[in-house]
Amino acid sequence: MKRTSRALSCAGLIGALYAGAAAAEFQWNFQTPGTKVAQDVSDLHLLMMAIILVIFVAVFGVMFYSIYAHRKSVGHKASQFHENTTVEVLWTVVPTLILIVMAWPATTHLLAVRDTSQPDITIKATGIQWKWGYDYIKGEGEGINFVANLTTPQDQIYGKAPRGEHYLLETDNHVVVPVGKKIRVLVTAADVIHAWYVPALAVKQDAIPGFIRDTAFRANKEGIFRGQCAELCGKDHGFMPVVVEVVSQEKYTAWVGEQKKKIAAAAEDPNKKWELAELRARGEKVYAANCVACHQANGKGVPGAFPALDGSKVANGPLADKLAIIVSGKAGTAMQAFGKQLSATDIAAVVTYISNAWSNKATANIAQPADVLAVRK
Amino acid sequence: MSAVADTHAHHDDHGHHPAGIMRWITTTNHKDIGTMYLWFSFSMFMVGGVMALVIRTELFQPGLQIVNPDFFNQMTTLHGLIMVFGAIMPAFVGFANWQIPMMIGAPDMAFPRLNNWSFWLLPPAASLLVISLFVPGGAAGAGWTLYAPLTVQMGPGMDLTIFAVHILGMSSILGSINIITTLLNMRAPGMTMMKMPMFCWTWLITAYLLVAVMPVFAGAVTMTLTDRHFGTTFFNAAGGGDPVLYQHIFWFFGHPEVYIIAIPAFGVVSQVIPAFSRKPLFGYASMVYATASIAILSFIVWAHHMYTVGMPLVAQLYFMYATMLIAVPTGVKVFNWLATMWKGSLTFETPMLFAIGFLFLFTMGGFSGLVLALTAVDVQMHDTYYVVAHFHYVMVAGALFSAFAGVYFWLPKWTGKMYDERLGKIHFWLSMIFFNVTFFVQHFLGIAGMPRRIPDYSPVFTEFNMISSIGAFGFGLSQLLLLYNVIKTIRSGEKAPARAWEGADTLEWTHLPSPPPYHSFETPPTVR
Repeated sequence: MKRTSRALSCAGLIGALYAGAAAAEFQWNFQTPGTKVAQDVSDLHLLMMAIILVIFVAVFGVMFYSIYAHRKSVGHKASQFHENTTVEVLWTVVPTLILIVMAWPATTHLLAVRDTSQPDITIKATGIQWKWGYDYIKGEGEGINFVANLTTPQDQIYGKAPRGEHYLLETDNHVVVPVGKKIRVLVTAADVIHAWYVPALAVKQDAIPGFIRDTAFRANKEGIFRGQCAELCGKDHGFMPVVVEVVSQEKYTAWVGEQKKKIAAAAEDPNKKWELAELRARGEKVYAANCVACHQANGKGVPGAFPALDGSKVANGPLADKLAIIVSGKAGTAMQAFGKQLSATDIAAVVTYISNAWSNKATANIAQPADVLAVRK
Repeated sequence: MSAVADTHAHHDDHGHHPAGIMRWITTTNHKDIGTMYLWFSFSMFMVGGVMALVIRTELFQPGLQIVNPDFFNQMTTLHGLIMVFGAIMPAFVGFANWQIPMMIGAPDMAFPRLNNWSFWLLPPAASLLVISLFVPGGAAGAGWTLYAPLTVQMGPGMDLTIFAVHILGMSSILGSINIITTLLNMRAPGMTMMKMPMFCWTWLITAYLLVAVMPVFAGAVTMTLTDRHFGTTFFNAAGGGDPVLYQHIFWFFGHPEVYIIAIPAFGVVSQVIPAFSRKPLFGYASMVYATASIAILSFIVWAHHMYTVGMPLVAQLYFMYATMLIAVPTGVKVFNWLATMWKGSLTFETPMLFAIGFLFLFTMGGFSGLVLALTAVDVQMHDTYYVVAHFHYVMVAGALFSAFAGVYFWLPKWTGKMYDERLGKIHFWLSMIFFNVTFFVQHFLGIAGMPRRIPDYSPVFTEFNMISSIGAFGFGLSQLLLLYNVIKTIRSGEKAPARAWEGADTLEWTHLPSPPPYHSFETPPTVR
């Protein structure tokens, strides 16, 4: 239903508005708050709007009365007064008093927003161009870590497939947290400044490379809360969502158990020798999740911005150079250090894939996890 | 200057300066330079406007349709830089050039050659910005605020942007020195400081702001330049620097910059409203003090643009209180304008309509500013469309509407001909309606959580984005009416009297014909 109306919207402007209105969400207020702080902020905003409404009516009441009554066309003669100390003092003092009254709730609410003390669980969120990395560093779930990538397919973005319900606000891994517990989020970044933003939880904290800042929330209901990066961070700034899943304590404990098992299972033997075909197949997936945004699916890159891999000297060159760039990144460019984001096997796989993909025929065409470990040291 | 002037009794003949293009390149006449500033500003307004329409077209519906994300970022960046430094600031310098000498009874600006140079620095700077689109990697895509360390990643387009900023800054500083010197030294006998028209006062204050902060911005981008190419690490924590340092320096420039744009706009409105109310400006002295207070306060509130960087709580509290304080002098100005209208004898020609439009919409921008001042709420609104709506209310409906008011107000004086009043009114109403269609809904988008500077968005935001895009096209196209009206006035407008507006009482209306002679006030008038 929504989708058909979207299709209509291309037809014409009036059609667009009409169809839009038919399926419209017209979300015009804060998202339904998921924490007490978010509710308080919403209430504070409402209070402000009430005060503003009163000022609005008073100020523009005077203006429009003047426009109505003091027109030359109705024969109003101009009086020539241009000073009145009483009024001038009054309209300086009264706004000052209103502001002082407003400062009180503004201060108490700010204190609540900034209170990150005594957390139950501490999670580190790292902004990376263009995804979020998470490490559970204290409390239940300590040791879990993962990277959350956008899962919206390119076809939906380019209009070749119908858009899903959570278009652009969906990731492969959710930040799972228990309801009612205070979660402190340490926010940092690996490359440029990002911002960790979930509207319904009233959290927005810039992620600054080289510094750690914090924010906190205590969700008061279960559910999935969606947000996205809020600080311009380059090409795919609009494509790095934040998805927080608030679950019951029992479910959280179960989730932690599952994650721990996965971590154990994923600990692959770094000394295993892989076949070329196996690595290529795995590498293609790693490439699609991590490299495609810049270097493109066809390996041609974006001329001037992101270099091509297809036919590139590095891709066809010695193994050590390829590994070095992927593990350590390239300073001053968007090429980040993947050494700690991807497992040794994944890096070996993607190097193998790039060495053999498209028109590339590298002589050093296969890398093993052990090669990666040698570089990573 | 005076040696040449003495040998000529009349200067309305154009024999003594080169004709054609050389007239404009070599001119030292404040009126010629003012005209060039205004036409330059209008062309940049068109260029920046087209970029805005590219942005709004992409945002008409979710998905990527006409541009890729990289180019989208370049558009938002250049739109901001070009509108702020290419369109709005030069427009008001154009007004200053035309009006300040005529309003204070001076023959020209204090440094006419410097004046020529200040203008001719602008076209190369603007060209650098436009050329940057065509270098490998395209223009800078880091937003008009040029936050490090994203700027370090950019291609050579970023270097062109940095040089453009240097040149624009130089032009502003030289222009400001000229304005300050003119206002302090070249007033006609009897015109004390407190008798200067309000427009002159606002420019005096603005010029001081410019001299104070443009070097700061130049410093910030120079540090970016050395971080990019010469191995410094001012903004790189790995080398002992701090990315947030850039933001502090930028906004120490950036917040006064907001007032650099707004204060001359206050000045224009303070001339227009009394003229069409046929009543002197209410509370002239308190207006001067309020303007000066706003200027001083603008230096100590910069970090309210950075509430989410994780400043210490105490710093956040301080910046919140200081920011709220600005509402007081700003309120005083609004009340003064209202009191000027009160019991006047009002007529509503186009300049007055735009001035009232300014008053209404600027106050709306002030309201959303109050909301944003509260840190707890700002954390929700920061970097969302709410902020985009807010600053377009103060920049477009504030500064731009006031510039329109000024153009219609002084066009009869500058050209000696009357503009088409009916077209002017249509221009006003279309601008007023479409402006609100474009930007009012953006408040809702921001509150609901749509970040700014994104090329694609969640479908929940579709409807308001569509409305906004339609409004943007309406607003953009309406501006062609202004161009048509101005050209029509110059070509075939009716002859305007020396005092084109009944209530206008500054020197250019009372002592000079329309249009004024090429060299006016060779003998200073005496002001009582």
